[in-house]
Amino acid sequence: MKNTLLIACAGLALSLPARADSLPLPADAPPSFKAECGGCHLPFPPALLTAPDWKRVMARLDRHYGDNASLDETTRREIEGFLVRHAATRSRLSGAGDPPRLTRTEWFLREHRKVPDGIWRDARVKSASNCAACHTRAEAGSFREREIVLPGAGKRERD
Amino acid sequence: MKKPVLLFLLAVTSTAWSAAPRDLAEAYAAEASRQAPGFKASPQRGAEFYAKRFAVSDKMPACSACHTDSPARPGQHAVTGKAIKPLAPRAEAARFSDPAKVEKWFRRNCTEVLGRECSAAEKADFVSFVAEGL
Ligand code: HEC
Ligand code: HEC
Ligand code: HEC
Repeated sequence: MKNTLLIACAGLALSLPARADSLPLPADAPPSFKAECGGCHLPFPPALLTAPDWKRVMARLDRHYGDNASLDETTRREIEGFLVRHAATRSRLSGAGDPPRLTRTEWFLREHRKVPDGIWRDARVKSASNCAACHTRAEAGSFREREIVLPGAGKRERD
Repeated sequence: MKKPVLLFLLAVTSTAWSAAPRDLAEAYAAEASRQAPGFKASPQRGAEFYAKRFAVSDKMPACSACHTDSPARPGQHAVTGKAIKPLAPRAEAARFSDPAKVEKWFRRNCTEVLGRECSAAEKADFVSFVAEGL
């Protein structure tokens, strides 16, 4: 069922399925995206922020959440173009705040409402943006429920 | 003073094989000896630098804050929590094989941790410690 929905939405390409457990890197991703945006954290799926929010992120890379992620202008433009092409269009993915955090959108909060509070603060997690701490195949763009392992809690049982 | 090093390094990589960590350490040492004649890279100084708490930044007080006490061990980004592969080439073969990548991370991480860029001498010591050990 989830798969059919995904396929149905793939046609729309720009919007996120209601239950998205597969967020593979779009095929036209420039190599610079993984190289430049995947060093300090997961190269986040572009479908998880809206175009205006991506532009905001890309406009201030020198002051990037307390870090400096500056790029030369050619690379910056190339990555921004890619992110904007695949950005979210649904309203549940807006409201990311300023600076924009995909971990603050209504969509993210809803998908994660059942995650026990303490887990976010576990040393192995550190931050909600550390997707791979719980989603064991996040690097491959897969967020399926049976691949989730909460640090300290072992494999999740279904509810 | 930085440009010549980078150009030299890029010339090294444009050959068919990638520069070995030793070549890289030697290139930094050559650059350093232009400022301090007779300079020789020291893994011992590199080890001290690696562990030193500069304490310029709360979250990133030292190189070891993300790279752990040992370059041969996997690290964890102090802010994002992301797993970082070991820095030592004996544990992670691709390390110090791409001079442009090495320069990029030296620039970034030194600015965060020391509040300034690292000198060629510091880089030569660091690479010789991380790549060759004590
Ligand atoms: C030098 C390290 C570094 C690089 C390179 C980097 N980032 Fe980040 N990024 C961070 C840090 C640190 C945070 C804050 C993480 C946190 O608080 O969990 C962050 C957070 C983010 C967030 C917000 C995540 C959230 O929801 O909390 C986005 C979006 C983001 N980065 C996008 C990018 C993009 C796009 C690039 C490439 C152009 C990039 N980053 C490159 C260090 C980096
Ligand atoms: C602390 C652990 C943890 C972290 C960190 C985390 N998640 Fe999750 N995530 C979960 C859990 C648990 C669920 C399942 C919640 C449920 O079943 O109600 C989930 C669900 C999801 C889903 C929905 C999967 C489905 O079956 O439809 C997606 C997509 C997702 N997360 C993406 C992310 C992304 C992207 C990040 C990083 C920006 C992230 N998660 C960070 C634990 C985490
Ligand atoms: C905030 C976390 C953090 C701190 C502190 C930190 N680094 Fe790093 N370092 C990283 C990340 C992230 C990478 C790139 C990710 C990867 O390649 O695995 C990296 C990569 C590197 C590389 C590139 C190696 C290669 O060939 O791939 C060098 C060199 C390096 N760091 C040196 C240093 C030095 C020197 C210090 C201290 C002055 C330091 N780092 C402190 C996070 C950190």
